[in-house]
Amino acid sequence: MALIELRGVSKVYEQPEGAVHALKDVNLEIERSDVYGIIGMSGAGKSTLVRCLNFLERPTEGEILIDGKNLATLSEKELRKQRSETGMIFQHFNLLMQKNVISNVCFPLRLLKVNKKEAEKRAMELLDLVGLSDKEKAYPAQLSGGQKQRVAIARALASSPKILLCDEATSALDPQTTESILQLLKQINKDLGITVVIITHQMSVVQEACNKVAIIENGQVAESGEVEKIFNAPKSKAGRRLIYGDESKVIREIENAPELHAKKKIRIVYSKNSAFEPVIADMILHFQTPVNILHAETRNVGGIAKGEMILGLPENRHIQVDMEYYLRERGLEIQEVEEDV
Amino acid sequence: MFDQQTITMLLEGIRDTVYMTLISTLVGYILGLPMGVILAVTDKDGIRPNRAVYRILDVISNIIRSVPFLILLIVLIPFTRFVVGKSYGSTATIVPLVISAAPYIGRLVESSLKEVDKGVIEAARSMGASDLDIILRVMLVEARTSLITGATIALGTILGYSAMAGTVGGGGLGDIAVRYGYYRYQTDIMVVTVLLIIILFQIFQTTGMKIAKKVEKRK
Repeated sequence: MALIELRGVSKVYEQPEGAVHALKDVNLEIERSDVYGIIGMSGAGKSTLVRCLNFLERPTEGEILIDGKNLATLSEKELRKQRSETGMIFQHFNLLMQKNVISNVCFPLRLLKVNKKEAEKRAMELLDLVGLSDKEKAYPAQLSGGQKQRVAIARALASSPKILLCDEATSALDPQTTESILQLLKQINKDLGITVVIITHQMSVVQEACNKVAIIENGQVAESGEVEKIFNAPKSKAGRRLIYGDESKVIREIENAPELHAKKKIRIVYSKNSAFEPVIADMILHFQTPVNILHAETRNVGGIAKGEMILGLPENRHIQVDMEYYLRERGLEIQEVEEDV
Repeated sequence: MFDQQTITMLLEGIRDTVYMTLISTLVGYILGLPMGVILAVTDKDGIRPNRAVYRILDVISNIIRSVPFLILLIVLIPFTRFVVGKSYGSTATIVPLVISAAPYIGRLVESSLKEVDKGVIEAARSMGASDLDIILRVMLVEARTSLITGATIALGTILGYSAMAGTVGGGGLGDIAVRYGYYRYQTDIMVVTVLLIIILFQIFQTTGMKIAKKVEKRK
């Protein structure tokens, strides 16, 4: 049984200008110990989605099950208990600015009526875990963004949650700090076995930290699954746009340049080692026929070089078929490129 | 320059003014603080919106604040007599001062609490905080600098009102200023009382701002 399960979740905001459908029939399963990325453009509904997971937002329709427990059936008191078992961190950290670091980390424990001494002992352990044991007496205003997020993570972990929700937790940080926070989240996932849900609009965050991903567009799940699979061959338009950038622009550029016109265009997605072998060059030598490279890009997905290339094939139909066969044989994925990508 | 009797009178005036101002502010907060909390909590973007409760307090507060203090002072004479047994003197003045100050303080508290970052409240909520936890452990704590600044403003305003109450026999420095300065043309006494009021105001203001600065940890 999945740890987090969403069944047909919809959320509608009634506004004077009319109803806004923030989420439409979302179905997701997040397994124990996943680092699950939820990615989408701003306004796609991902923040609403993550707030449904601890019922900060109540879905208009559908069910949310945590560990098999339907959140809608909980009393106010049970819901508060459930929330204390789900940590959450935010884009703007949301620390208590008038309280020092250790009081911030103690805060959730004090809510649970843990006595002060015990709470402080636990808080010190957590500050040690996030690498801030020397900052216990500092106030948030004296810390950098990355340090504030570390305090927020320590605070979120104080009540020993099973789940950690991260709402754009790295969006206000610079790339190096983002990297170190993601490392910390991965370490927490691995060492403490906490399931992490990461909401982001940055592809690099998903690449860096997640094993699974759901792509959200217009309040719906466009596609979901293992990060590597989706990055290799995104099936949805939203997925392709997020992974390859705005491809329609590339296609349009190709169409607008007569010298690049080719009857048949294919997209090759490299995987594993093929990026390091001169497959295309070998193919040209093999067939003694040139192909036109219309567009190419390589990126590093979780340490593996991956990329895509759009080739214009020669007009001879037989050579086209043979070339496609040749490439498939060498472990490349091939998709035909249509105009409306 | 003044005889012993006048000096004693001025010292008693200071004592009465400080007494009225501090007690009125204190009692004003006992009524106004909960009122401000309820206003902030029940407003439409508060943590527990409640239109009816908000409207009722809103209307009460606006009615009282729209009556000029001098008129309120006179209108309340029967009520004051009922509460303290007489309608003149410094203790009697506390009654209209409190009634006038409470809704004003309520508004000050409301606006301080509304400055608290919604994100911090949401974070507390995500940790399982109840509404009461959020009010006591988040809103009142995070807003403390602004609350103390507000209290300083309230104290200064109440000091001014207490002097105004002097015109109807309210006691304190205002009373002395009116009786000697206005009715008896003893300008020297009036000038001294005005100076004393200014000094008191400065002391309240400086002390309040010092405390506010001390509890400010946001920078």
